[in-house]
Amino acid sequence: MSAISREDVVHLAHLAHIEMSGAELDKMTGELDAIVGAIASVSEVASSDVPATSHPIPLTNVLREDTVGQTLSIDEVLLNAPDSDSDRFKVPAILDGE
Amino acid sequence: MSNYTDELVDFDEALDRYDPVLGFEVHVELNTKTKMFSDAPNAFGDDPNTNVTPVDLGLPGVLPVVNKTAVEYSILIGLALNCQIAEKCGFARKNYFYPDTPKNFQTSQYDDPIAYDGYLDIELEDGEVFRVEIERAHMEEDAGKLTHMGGAAGRIQGADYSLVDYNRAGVPLVEIVTKPIVGAGKRAPELARAYVAAVREIVKNLGVSDAKMERGNVRCDANVSLMPKDADKFGTRTETKNVNSLRAVEHAVRFEIERHAAVLDSGAKIVQETRHWHEDTRSTTSGRPKSDADDYRYFPEPDLVPIVTTAQWVEELRSRLPEPPAERRKRLKAEWGYADKEFRDVVNAGVLDEIEATVAAGASAAVARKWWMGEIARLAKAADKDIADLGVTPATIVELNSLIEGKKINDKIARQVLEFVIAGEGTPSEIVEKRSLAVVNDDDALGKAVDDAMAAMPDVVEKIKGGKMQAIGALMGPVMKATRGQADAGRVREIVMEKLGL
Repeated sequence: MSAISREDVVHLAHLAHIEMSGAELDKMTGELDAIVGAIASVSEVASSDVPATSHPIPLTNVLREDTVGQTLSIDEVLLNAPDSDSDRFKVPAILDGE
Repeated sequence: MSNYTDELVDFDEALDRYDPVLGFEVHVELNTKTKMFSDAPNAFGDDPNTNVTPVDLGLPGVLPVVNKTAVEYSILIGLALNCQIAEKCGFARKNYFYPDTPKNFQTSQYDDPIAYDGYLDIELEDGEVFRVEIERAHMEEDAGKLTHMGGAAGRIQGADYSLVDYNRAGVPLVEIVTKPIVGAGKRAPELARAYVAAVREIVKNLGVSDAKMERGNVRCDANVSLMPKDADKFGTRTETKNVNSLRAVEHAVRFEIERHAAVLDSGAKIVQETRHWHEDTRSTTSGRPKSDADDYRYFPEPDLVPIVTTAQWVEELRSRLPEPPAERRKRLKAEWGYADKEFRDVVNAGVLDEIEATVAAGASAAVARKWWMGEIARLAKAADKDIADLGVTPATIVELNSLIEGKKINDKIARQVLEFVIAGEGTPSEIVEKRSLAVVNDDDALGKAVDDAMAAMPDVVEKIKGGKMQAIGALMGPVMKATRGQADAGRVREIVMEKLGL
């Protein structure tokens, strides 16, 4: 059974603000389904007494002191900006985002 | 899109038929020196994009590192809200696409907040205490600031483009979420305001936030729903975003109650959505519906390892907690012996600290209140300044008062001296000396002034002789004039009586 439907991909594309053609949606549905299926095999191996992890090394409390460091110059900050104005990134008006 | 109507039902009428249920999300910006995950300065009002590092821009290959002080401040907030502190917690990515974050996600906490299951006892105006349960307080980061250009008056509607400043992106935030607040009834708007005020006061008292609502250091999203009186299930809620003053919180909750009641009365359904608050019209308008935009696809942040809090660390932080503001007020009121209204006025005037310091410096509570609520408040108002910025110290008050009690100056002169102190002329004693303001109470000089006054007003003298003691007041004017206002009124009275053999 498929883990990822075409509707799922339409939904994800919408969330990511990516426009996709019908052919792309079909292609991506198959590919994402294969990826999710591959990842799912991990849970077949892991028994229920293995806690979920997001980090391969058992580290905790990697913290830094609250001390100010080096910041970028304005030129560096804006180097990759497609457009800028008054030292700020210029972006299209996007209605009602959160 | 939404089927709401701006019809409103009278507040009291709405509350006759429905019970309001409230919920708040309050964001507190921490005043650490640096950001949550980068060592860029956390500063307000700097030139755009000057407090930015590669981490804040989400450039490829960067590694965020958690600010230890921000974690400690978050634990302090949790403890002050009577929360449990998680022994282990982690960060998660909250994914969304909007130019206020260049990373395309906000680093936040998801199912393991650092603090949970707390409460805050909120004292309302009349002394009634209402307990608000805290669901959680979690760590996250602020977003960049968008300025909408073109269109009408900086509103996003009709804007041509937006400009982004990432100085605020990554500033540490603690989001405090309440459990549903049931049973406030007609007092819901008042409770809303008092709750946000209490949170603001607590974080300010802890010293972990500048807590200025006008700067967005404390921001409130207010959730409101109504359920019919006999219902046992909550109604559909709306979330009014960014209600950023105490007054606005109160008004927004009241407005939403009135609006919900009208929608429900008409038989329609409340649309679950965000609402925008408009201060100018004191109303809300429809934002976006709660739907797929809330599908944030949280997942554990792989670049950050978990935080483990030891009992020793938490207890060390607990020992740093200052006296809670509400308890402090209760203690001070009892110590000072003020009446309810006197104390409330002092609190509202924001001079608790000043009076406490003045009492500690040796003045009585009554004297401290007289000065801070009287002449100093008046001068601050006249100068259009905050009382604290006037430059009056507790030592000044103690000194002025001892000059009065030692009969060196009278009340009226003391008020003048205070103005000279504020003008920077020195200490009260120095000013009295320099300006020769000491009260004239040597009896020769006073006696002569009294003689002159009595000679000029024989009719007054007759009245006094006839037993009308209040007539002495009529002599006071000329005597004060003769001594340039520096006569001790009590002594003048005594001299008059002596002279008349009374």
